[in-house]
Amino acid sequence: MTILEAEHIKKSFGKTKVLKDISFSLEEGEVLSIIGSSGSGKTTLLRCLNFLERPDGGIIKVKGETVFDAANVGSMSEAEIRRKRLHFGLVFQSFNLFPQYTALENVMLAGQLLAKERPDYKRRKKEINQALEEQAVTLLKQIGLGNRMNNYPHQLSGGQQQRVAIARALALQPDILCFDEPTSALDPELTGEVLKVMKELAEQKTTMVIVTHEMAFARDVASQVIFMDRGTICEQGDPREVFENPKEERTRQFLSRFNG
Amino acid sequence: METFMQQFPVVVGALNEGFVVTFKLFFITLLGALPLGLVICFGSMSRFQPLSIFTRLFVWVIRGTPLMIQLLVIYFFPGLVLGNPIWGGGESGRFAAAAVGFIINYACYFSEIYRGGIQGVPKGQEEAGLVLGMTRSQIFFRITLLQMIKRIVPPMSNEIITLVKDTSLARIISLQEVIWAGQAFMKGSHGISGAIWPLFFTAFYYLAAIGVLTVAFSKLEQKLNYFR
Ligand SMILES: Nc1ncnc2c1ncn2[C@@H]1O[C@H](COP(=O)(O)OP(=O)(O)OP(=O)(O)O)[C@@H](O)[C@H]1O
Ligand SMILES: [Mg+2]
Repeated sequence: MTILEAEHIKKSFGKTKVLKDISFSLEEGEVLSIIGSSGSGKTTLLRCLNFLERPDGGIIKVKGETVFDAANVGSMSEAEIRRKRLHFGLVFQSFNLFPQYTALENVMLAGQLLAKERPDYKRRKKEINQALEEQAVTLLKQIGLGNRMNNYPHQLSGGQQQRVAIARALALQPDILCFDEPTSALDPELTGEVLKVMKELAEQKTTMVIVTHEMAFARDVASQVIFMDRGTICEQGDPREVFENPKEERTRQFLSRFNG
Repeated sequence: METFMQQFPVVVGALNEGFVVTFKLFFITLLGALPLGLVICFGSMSRFQPLSIFTRLFVWVIRGTPLMIQLLVIYFFPGLVLGNPIWGGGESGRFAAAAVGFIINYACYFSEIYRGGIQGVPKGQEEAGLVLGMTRSQIFFRITLLQMIKRIVPPMSNEIITLVKDTSLARIISLQEVIWAGQAFMKGSHGISGAIWPLFFTAFYYLAAIGVLTVAFSKLEQKLNYFR
């Protein structure tokens, strides 16, 4: 099933056109890697998907339902945007964990706040919160941090913090989980533990969009690769094709920096 | 002339009375300036340009001129220039004028500290909250507020300690605070005249008050030390 369709996404900051007509689609359970040089618009694209930026043009569909249409954004209320962005999760390069909450609280907080909007919340408060805690504990164990649940972010290594951030995003069960260079802020020896978690997620058929500079990871884990260049999709396809036999000169130049 | 031992209880009694006025001025200034500072802070950060420009100009004038002159202007301008003495003559009028002057002055300093605190919280915190489906008010109360408070406690404690000592400036409009009470014994008060030690002795009141504040603030800082 096609889970995500982005059609003709355009975005400018002032006079700079950062995204020029980006279209792609993604099947459920697929992993899409986005590669490209600095400034090509990768982060901006992820931010558009997560409604942190508003595209100037284009349509975003999730499971066939239009969640964003630049032609009639004016009618979207804050509450509507809030509900629709829950289709997506986002893991930031700089983790952005909440420093005043423990790992467990970080993972549970958003779920607890959303639960308050449920009509049966008052009646089943205890039950709901208990279920949320169990789910958070399970997630933290899954990413190998069962023994660090009550630590505050500053007591964790960068790799551990990023794993908590992944658990935090997973807790809301998004349809599509986005990563923006999740390992770029990490020491090389900590990169592996985060990539391992992401690989496991891919094996469990989590739909993911991953912006990364880890070429080996993109090649091995992705089912689809997009190479972005100056705000356009320069080349797109099966990772083995793109990495071993790039059609575009720009892609070849970009990849030679990593292979050479 | 009486001995020091005879003077002491009389002087302490008078100084205590003066210190009550000092403390009242300190407390009312905090009560007014802490929230007013937040209003000024939002004004100076407003996206509505005329408002933010006006607010910043106002903050510049208040921070750019001595509090002593501001007190004189607030107390005397309505009566002597406009012919409308809104403060009345007595001690209560002087206290009201002093309180207004201190609140405005300190609110401007606080507003700048708040602004630093708000802008010091990384943008990523808000974005992480948004992406997790939180509302703006949930993000403010559950995520950014405590981080802001942690950031502003050290500069605020500095400013509040300065306020304790600045209250003595109200003497310029003859408010009968602790230094005024101490100085009175030079000219003659409670049957004692020509004594300078009561004036020096007022320093202990400030020291004690600031000692208490210092301990309280360092307790608060420690409390917020569980996260970074
Ligand atoms: N808020 C903004 N205002 C103005 N320009 C912006 C803004 N955000 C991004 N840009 C510009 O948009 C372009 C694309 O930025 P973007 O962060 O999407 O690139 P990127 O592919 O993620 O790069 P990197 O690999 O360095 O992370 C850059 O030229 C950047 O300067
Ligand atoms: Mg980027």
